[in-house]
Amino acid sequence: MQPYNNVTGKALPLERANVDTDQIIPAKYLKRIERTGFGAFLFDSWRKLDSGKLNPDFILNDPRYAEATIIITGPNFGSGSSREHAPWALEDYGFRTLIGSSFADIFKNNCFQNGMLPVQLTDEAVKHFMEQAKADPDYQISVDLERCLVTGADEYTAEFEIDAFRRDCLLRGLDEIGLTLEYADAISEYEVGHPIT
Amino acid sequence: MPKNMFEKIWDHHVVAEKPGQPAVIYIDLHLVHEVTSPQAFDGLRMSKREVRRPDLTIATVDHNVPTTNRDMPIADLISRAQVEALGHNVEEFGITYFDMNSPNQGIVHVIGPELGYTQPGKTIVCGDSHTSTHGAFGALAFGIGTSEVEHVLATQTLRQVKPKTMEIRINGKLAIGVTAKDIILAVIGKIGVGGATGHVVEYTGEAIRDLSMEGRMTVCNMSIEAGARAGMVAPDEKTIEYLRNRPKVPQGEDFEVAIGKWISFKSDPAATYDTLVQLEASELAPFVTWGTNPGMVVPVTENVPHPNSFDSQVDKEAAERALQYMDLEAGKAVQDINIDRVFIGSCTNSRIEDLRAASEVVKGRSVNEKVMAMVVPGSTAIKAQAELEGLDKIFVEAGFEWRDAGCSMCLGMNPDILGPGERCASTSNRNFEGRQGPGGRTHLMSPEMAAAAAIQGHIVDIRDWNFS
Repeated sequence: MQPYNNVTGKALPLERANVDTDQIIPAKYLKRIERTGFGAFLFDSWRKLDSGKLNPDFILNDPRYAEATIIITGPNFGSGSSREHAPWALEDYGFRTLIGSSFADIFKNNCFQNGMLPVQLTDEAVKHFMEQAKADPDYQISVDLERCLVTGADEYTAEFEIDAFRRDCLLRGLDEIGLTLEYADAISEYEVGHPIT
Repeated sequence: MPKNMFEKIWDHHVVAEKPGQPAVIYIDLHLVHEVTSPQAFDGLRMSKREVRRPDLTIATVDHNVPTTNRDMPIADLISRAQVEALGHNVEEFGITYFDMNSPNQGIVHVIGPELGYTQPGKTIVCGDSHTSTHGAFGALAFGIGTSEVEHVLATQTLRQVKPKTMEIRINGKLAIGVTAKDIILAVIGKIGVGGATGHVVEYTGEAIRDLSMEGRMTVCNMSIEAGARAGMVAPDEKTIEYLRNRPKVPQGEDFEVAIGKWISFKSDPAATYDTLVQLEASELAPFVTWGTNPGMVVPVTENVPHPNSFDSQVDKEAAERALQYMDLEAGKAVQDINIDRVFIGSCTNSRIEDLRAASEVVKGRSVNEKVMAMVVPGSTAIKAQAELEGLDKIFVEAGFEWRDAGCSMCLGMNPDILGPGERCASTSNRNFEGRQGPGGRTHLMSPEMAAAAAIQGHIVDIRDWNFS
């Protein structure tokens, strides 16, 4: 896994609640058996009009936010289907950092598995960053995973919490399967003691 | 110290636990389907790893398979390649596989219980959020992503932070015409689509005990629509009788031994949960969704709500967007909503009991001339059982299409999709924008309600129905 590096960049204010993974990437694009190339289909039905042309009213198509590397979202982002194609599409498009007040459980796990960071902040802090990014597309946000700190260009700061294990995996780009295989003896021992009916 | 069912199953499955780290949890059953597994098998090959327990891994095809012309190769070449990839992977890694033409094929969450793989006290995972279905048997069952699928294939374990627990107690008895689907829609309407995030839910109370296993599966299935990690119901006599003589449960005396183990996972009488939610079953009506997530739901007797009726700005804006997408006006009576399509199917409501209930509604009647309606059984075995009972004839004579088993129009990955602007009464689990096809509009409801809507051409209150 690619390590997560601290990021400073512009942020896309996606002010919608309960964004489900069907919106992040519709099911018709899940037929591919590869792990890459899903960025082209990110937010496909919001991004494109029925004619196939880009929807100028959708913020991802706003040229002022073209360089954004962080998404600021409404609550419960990533709800619904467990499809890991959702974080794959976000990552492939160029977003490895998400800021929101809450994320759906499976989506959050899927982000961690791909070296992506869903930063969970208070409603108040999310609102602040959202308003700043809406008002000024050049507003910069820095996310420091070592210090668990988000800082805006206006010096506004917000701390976040993350499981120490996940943080370490992200910072060092550790392969979780490799780590678990260190428990191979414990797993074998468990299997002997716990027959399955 | 008394423990609830989740805590007992969790404790039983901890392989290793270090402070500050997620526990290593053993997985007893891993279900695999074609959509979320190819990249996981590729990962194994790249890192030269094996499947640790192919004997605890079961694969089938459901999401991407057509529901017609199964004797022909799959027309969509990308779909065909994905289905073929699973065929190659199960062969290479030695995994039991029910292919498109197997009598055991079906939606992964339908065949697990049907074949007896799903058992109380097991940990069950699948690269699919509706894995929560299996919790109806008192198993700890939850959806995972593709990287975690690879993790389970390689290690038969997962790294998990212990979730919180929530008891959802449904007191009293349901009225006639009110179903398991209405219970879970009412729950999601009450606590919201993120209301159970971070929690494993145990459903308790008289109304849950009164449900059949099929009904309990419907309830647990949609736990994820409230954000829950998993949903579960304690095993009882109904659980045991459902499982008795299923192919993959212990047989004879071994079955009696298994019962003792299964029942031991029930929550202790004094067990506690982090949160309690209660609903009175007698107050529930049939529910119908009006918006673009399952929490946007009202009793069938009510009107489409006005955005201003919501407290928070976020909910107001979401309601406005939803009404626009759904092409509905606030204040419109739900029963005045006309529909174009009806879908009876999905891992929520495609089991034999659902098909029997829907067939009672349509028996001797005709689908409205403006409506295209279809029934997609959850498994090939259910299809065969329904045909044995003559249910297929009732549906076909009424004007329904009778299809082969799969996920079908629940998620629109195969050719079964809504056209732009089409409005569907659906027994599935998600009414997200475009879920059943780009521009399609979904109203979730019970099989009985969807069947009645097919006949009338608009949404109706099944409690007013004159059964023939």
